[in-house]
Amino acid sequence: MIDLTALQPEKATGGNCAGSCGNHPHSPSAVPQHIQEKIHNHPCYSEQAHHYYARMHVAVAPACNIQCHYCNRKYDCANESRPGVVSELLKPDQAIKKVLAVGAAIPQMSVVGIAGPGDPLANPERTFATFRELTRLAPDLKLCISTNGLALPQHVDELAKHNIDHVTITINCLDPEIGAKIYPWIFWNHRRIKGVKAAEILIQQQQKGLEMLVARGILVKINSVMIPGINDEHLKEVSRVVRAKGAFLHNIMPLIAEAKHGTFFGLSGQPSPTPEELSNLQTSCESDDMRMMRHCRQCRADAVGLLGEDRGDEFSLEKIEHLEIDHAAAMQRRVAEKARIEAEIAAKHAQSAQPLDNTVQLISLDKLRTKKKTYRSVLMAVASKGQGIINLHFGHAQEFLIYEASQAGIKFIRAAKAELYCTGDETCGEAESRIERIIKSLAGCEVVLCAKIGYEPWGKLEAAGIQPNGEHAMEAIEDAVKSVYQEMSASGKLDEIPVKKQTMRA
Amino acid sequence: MALKIIELCTNCWACQPLCPTSAIYEAKPHFLIDALKCTECDGDFADPQCASICPIEGAILNSAGKAWNPPGSLTGITI
Ligand code: SF4
Ligand code: SF4
Repeated sequence: MIDLTALQPEKATGGNCAGSCGNHPHSPSAVPQHIQEKIHNHPCYSEQAHHYYARMHVAVAPACNIQCHYCNRKYDCANESRPGVVSELLKPDQAIKKVLAVGAAIPQMSVVGIAGPGDPLANPERTFATFRELTRLAPDLKLCISTNGLALPQHVDELAKHNIDHVTITINCLDPEIGAKIYPWIFWNHRRIKGVKAAEILIQQQQKGLEMLVARGILVKINSVMIPGINDEHLKEVSRVVRAKGAFLHNIMPLIAEAKHGTFFGLSGQPSPTPEELSNLQTSCESDDMRMMRHCRQCRADAVGLLGEDRGDEFSLEKIEHLEIDHAAAMQRRVAEKARIEAEIAAKHAQSAQPLDNTVQLISLDKLRTKKKTYRSVLMAVASKGQGIINLHFGHAQEFLIYEASQAGIKFIRAAKAELYCTGDETCGEAESRIERIIKSLAGCEVVLCAKIGYEPWGKLEAAGIQPNGEHAMEAIEDAVKSVYQEMSASGKLDEIPVKKQTMRA
Repeated sequence: MALKIIELCTNCWACQPLCPTSAIYEAKPHFLIDALKCTECDGDFADPQCASICPIEGAILNSAGKAWNPPGSLTGITI
């Protein structure tokens, strides 16, 4: 008998989501129930939710109390944003207004975060003033913050009071010697402290803050920036330790270091990791009880919308200033939208549980049986603007979702940034180099699934060994990836690896 | 005897709440120090608070008009 679950990942993973989306295929109970409940409609924490729910950041926290070598302080905090971005700084009352305006216009809004442009806890008055009002006027919205951790222990009690149940701490190291290569100084007890001593204090505060939050039942996510040659190997240790202390998610992000950002690392020629190096480190840190957050997009501190999109421009201060908003009605719409999304997800599960096309599966199962082969895994890139559906034109994709299809199931690997291919007339002269860049960022992928694709990029992708595929437009991502994988294995394209008996049963 | 914020200031707000004499105020195009109020933190702290948290090299000058945090002293960037 063939192991049927091999082709039905949603069964192997306990039906968390269409495919293995929210769960590691080998760890059905990776996320304990009470945590799963807390995070399942948080777009940044749940791989499933990020297809449906929207988030926004408000930039109310300008000051910072440390310096990171990958950050240029003329721009937003680089722990949470891409370098070189400047967010519109808001006063707390403006931020509250903006959240309520966005929450009225986008009923999928579920999370409001403060992640900069500096450190939220280096600006405690502004941060907590914002949270207090939001808890009062929009109690359905989840609140979260991201911090470097230096001022965390002293604010844990206040955080707990405001009922903020998600905190992200950026932890890049446990070893002060390594820390000294990442953090040139901190501001601590009214003094600027430099070198190993500074790193030692920062690390102590981060670990203490993590422990205090966990002790109070507040969810903690750890962000780490992967800096090749400095902390890349060390992050495995970081991952082990933060897991042991009770962090529920570890998100390893690539260092982005370019001279034009004017950062120490950018100017000193410090290399960034390749997508493969990042993915490999993420894989080796992944374990049964510690999930990696592979869908993080390093959004800007004032991002608005679904993960991977930013509608911030629609809600600038000028535009929202004179809006009249009925808060209660807006909240009702959000609550209704949430119910609708939950129903849609549930319906999708029910559908996936009974494969639509049994014949295809039987045929491929037959082939598996007669040939007694295992098939190699395949990376596929997907263009999607949400809902877990292939619904985006190749040329409009700002990023691609990379999935790995194997006999063990479909697994989300990472999001690959694409600079927009189709940006209008005046820049079309650069189209050539842009498609080259996209091809580079899709290295390792053999298929790209999108709603539509132009003739020219089609040819270039094909020439680069990436097969464009527009046949699955408007289909659920997991189903489409699965069926393309089945087609590929049925046509013998995946036969290269010699017979291994591991997934076969006689 | 006073420190001075000059045009390199990026308006990050870090210094303003730390000043023991409320000498720092928001202004356009950048924050300013009221020279009459500034004590250089004498009697309150060992180091002037604004100059100890300011992340921008050269943004704050000492009473002699020299950068409190000269180029390279905070970022390690020397080019
Ligand atoms: S030196 Fe001290 S008193 Fe003077 S402006 Fe700076 S913080 Fe205020
Ligand atoms: S800390 Fe420096 S950059 Fe920030 S507002 Fe004060 S003077 Fe300006």
